[in-house]
Amino acid sequence: MRGTTADLDTAVRELARPVSYPVGTSPDRPDGPPKTKGEFAYSSDLWAQDMLWGRALRSPHPYARIRSLDIAAALAQPGVHAVLTHEDVPGRKTYGLLIPDQPVLAHDVVRFQGEPVALVAADHPETARRALDLIKVDYEPLEPVTDPEVSIAGTAPPLHPEGNIVAQLHIRHGDVAAASERADVTVTGTYELGMQDQAFLGPESGLALPSQDGGVELFIATQWLHADREQMAASLGLSPEKVRLTSAGIGGAFGGREDLSIQIHACLLALHTGRPIKMSYGREESFFGHVHRHPGRLEYEHGATRDGILTHVKARVVLDGGAYASTSREVIVVAATTAAGPYAVDHAEIDAYSTYTNNPPCGAMRGFGAVQSCFGYESQMDKLAAALDMDPVELRRRNVLPTGGKTPTGQVVDVPVPVRELLDQLEAMPLPPAENPDEERMRPGGVANTTHGEGVRRGVGYAVGFKNIGFSSGADDYSTARVRLSVSRGELTAEVHTAGLEVGQGLVVVQAQIARTELGVDHVLVLPADTQIGNAGSSSASRQSWLTGGAVQTTCAAVAAEVLERTAQRLGVNTDRCRLDAGQIVTAAGDFVASMVDIVADEPIELIREYHARKTTPLDANGQGDPHWAFAFAAHRAVVDVDVELGLVRVIELAVAQDVGKALNPKALEGQIEGGSAQGLGLALMEEIQVEDGCVRNPSFTDYLVPTILDVPPMRLAILELPTPHGPYGLNGAGEPPTISSTPAVVAAVRAATGMPLPRVPVRPTDIVEASLLT
Amino acid sequence: MEFLQPSDWQDALAAKAAFPDAVPVRGGTDVMVEMNFDRGRPAALLDLSHVKELGEWGRDDTDDTCVRIGAGVTYTRVLRELGTTVPGLAQAARTVGSPQIRNRGTIGGNLGAASPAGDCHPVLLAADAVYEVESAARGVRRIGADEFYLGPKRNSLDADELIRAIVVRATDTGQQFAKIGTRNAMVIAACSFAVAINREVRSVRTGIGSAGPTPLRAPEAETYLTDMMTQGELWEGGRLPDADVLKRFGDLVAGAARPIDDVRATAAYRRHSLRVMARRTATWALRQSC
Repeated sequence: MRGTTADLDTAVRELARPVSYPVGTSPDRPDGPPKTKGEFAYSSDLWAQDMLWGRALRSPHPYARIRSLDIAAALAQPGVHAVLTHEDVPGRKTYGLLIPDQPVLAHDVVRFQGEPVALVAADHPETARRALDLIKVDYEPLEPVTDPEVSIAGTAPPLHPEGNIVAQLHIRHGDVAAASERADVTVTGTYELGMQDQAFLGPESGLALPSQDGGVELFIATQWLHADREQMAASLGLSPEKVRLTSAGIGGAFGGREDLSIQIHACLLALHTGRPIKMSYGREESFFGHVHRHPGRLEYEHGATRDGILTHVKARVVLDGGAYASTSREVIVVAATTAAGPYAVDHAEIDAYSTYTNNPPCGAMRGFGAVQSCFGYESQMDKLAAALDMDPVELRRRNVLPTGGKTPTGQVVDVPVPVRELLDQLEAMPLPPAENPDEERMRPGGVANTTHGEGVRRGVGYAVGFKNIGFSSGADDYSTARVRLSVSRGELTAEVHTAGLEVGQGLVVVQAQIARTELGVDHVLVLPADTQIGNAGSSSASRQSWLTGGAVQTTCAAVAAEVLERTAQRLGVNTDRCRLDAGQIVTAAGDFVASMVDIVADEPIELIREYHARKTTPLDANGQGDPHWAFAFAAHRAVVDVDVELGLVRVIELAVAQDVGKALNPKALEGQIEGGSAQGLGLALMEEIQVEDGCVRNPSFTDYLVPTILDVPPMRLAILELPTPHGPYGLNGAGEPPTISSTPAVVAAVRAATGMPLPRVPVRPTDIVEASLLT
Repeated sequence: MEFLQPSDWQDALAAKAAFPDAVPVRGGTDVMVEMNFDRGRPAALLDLSHVKELGEWGRDDTDDTCVRIGAGVTYTRVLRELGTTVPGLAQAARTVGSPQIRNRGTIGGNLGAASPAGDCHPVLLAADAVYEVESAARGVRRIGADEFYLGPKRNSLDADELIRAIVVRATDTGQQFAKIGTRNAMVIAACSFAVAINREVRSVRTGIGSAGPTPLRAPEAETYLTDMMTQGELWEGGRLPDADVLKRFGDLVAGAARPIDDVRATAAYRRHSLRVMARRTATWALRQSC
């Protein structure tokens, strides 16, 4: 018999079992098994009845005038349903994440190799590809601008009406002239970084469906649905509510999906043909279809007293943004404001430029300007330590920016700066055995049998890095969440709906963990991200756990308050000090008050809330202001073996210490830290889009090399959880910091092994081998 | 496009005779990539994956000091099964692509593509391998590795011929292969080098990859080291020449290369790394063949 008191007790006890997988645990990812088995539906797997295939014709020239464009032959091809040019763009002819300077389809001029010129829709991808060959474009090649210094000097013809500088910043902090007088030691250096690619594995792809109301629906792998929609609506000539986006399976992003790729193109074709349009880039096209990390050149002067206290820093930072603005204006803010490192520098002069050239467009990539600056300032710290004959880790310890100290923009850092703690953690870790392990896969050259120990030298290097979290310079950085608490088939269910995109980092899981924690509910459904809910901002800038996590927490807290309010009204009890726990409303002492099922069953609770980050300000003419609302820190120690005769490197161990405030999902966090560190290792040793005269020489995974399992060593992780005062659960952003200090740490280790200056990444074998041997 | 799928070797030869333009394919790791990128659109594809004989290897019928390896033997099988029979070839196979590529790609495909960067060529040149090719009209022909490579991605096969097997002397010592790439696995050779030293018959042979329009040998280096071994009476007793002899050998190997600058390396670095690899691998091969 059910319904006895004993049964009720049992039921209550069952309900009172702890909620599974709250914040701080590591539940399995729902997408883990299908991805592992090759069964996950990526955006490139999308399919619709009667769909056509869209393709873009791209410019072979980095800079050329289009004399004429003839689509007649392509249009006449059987199976071809549409051929579109810039004339067919009904709305704004250009787009851009922040500055709409990039043509949807080239008009008169192409400014980079791979710029889209025309679109084709056909009933088969191969038909579409062949139709591209039938489009006759008469180009008049022009002399490309490829040197950012020429862009700064203003001596080349302007590629855009405002000239060839996207943005410049001049930070003036303290009195550098006077401070440099006090320097006992001064070191200067010039550092360069090649162009890194995000190299996500799932190429750009999506499916556009024309809607009955004249609008369009797009299923897409992207990073920021609402920014996509805004740009798409403007160019499609539609009101934003007629443009609906839904996230499709995303195979990595790393910043490379923050700008538009197929979005407007696929929708133009769908609206034009009235048919579903599938677009999916191949690997080669992908290299031309998204922005890359800015290549950079950084000139530095660091001064210090004899006992290793920094007197001043001068820096000139040049990042080449290529043909269009993308996020160059913001990337340079991050590069400039982090240019002195996480150190106490009372006197700084920082001049920073991002430029237009005819090189491939560059924009967001994990680290977003902080990667470039960190390679510069950490290389300088090592150089300074050598000049002072001081241990490089000790030099860093002596100069840590204190809490309450000011960055070169005058911003007071009101959170702990755990640089000392991070370095202590790294130094406390044992070093791998000094002997080259007798295992050929751990040798420089791997299994390629280039050394049996000959020429191999060991090196150890350290680096610290930091970056702001989220959007800067006065942007209102926020996210939105809708949470619905209901009873379905007798079970409490929380539905969480945000536009925050799961790009592999684990946001879907974290959102569910937060809802479970806040609502004391086991069964949580995280709905697909789409534009039916408010803006979540981009899955970038290490911001989603904080902001979308914060939005889910805030909304859940409001839902919980509503549950308590309703309980108070219905039962006539005071619930002021009650809380939700494992499906029950309980007193502060944990005594049962009511079952949530009873309170919610007849009327679900549904609320929408936003979570906003702290306010920031733009920089003034002297580069002063409070541009950032949070900072995060990480440090690396790299141990490498280098075959100095052949210039080949094997990273033996990479140790990482990172302060994350609070690990919401430790397993996902470890994945982020290991992946980010590997990406930094890639930039240090191999990853570079080689550009010559504006043309990409290696648009393939055959020649754009990313680290393999034989290049990435075992990693030791030290995860610190020093609570961030204003972060949800005390968390801090975590996605980017491991990428930032990894690169300089690896290079420092290679320098230690070889004695070579290595001012440029990626370090090539020819940079290590003595120049006299290469004649 | 015609798609031909013979079930045995005789059918395959007949198909190739009937469709001389047909491109043979077995693992597809090269041909299919080319087709996907539309770099080549063959009139016909001759799928040899059902021809069982191509996947076999064993002692050569005519010379039992040799092994005869079917053109369809995969890299994975070479590295698993031939490590003590053609050790240099097993070393080379181990450096090819990823496990997935090694499971599908075949030695015959490497020869058919005849890329100067193909990993098997330097070892086969150094090991003095012979390639057995066959046509329906003229039967079997044996081509020495030295005569096989005509130019970048060009070999001396006639239009109606297919590669049947390679024949190479079995040995468990004296062969070394080394390859340079800017990552530690899954990389196309920036350059590569193989050496085969046989103390019994007193021979030194070499092979150079990715440093010329075709895989090359370094004849002067071979003669020099052979002579120095003979003059110094070093062939017997596992003796090694002086360091400066091995260094000179490296210099002569580097001198035999005809490298270019490209996206994978500069010509100067290729030459330098050949010098180092030649010195090191010859040392290992000599020590090993004691």
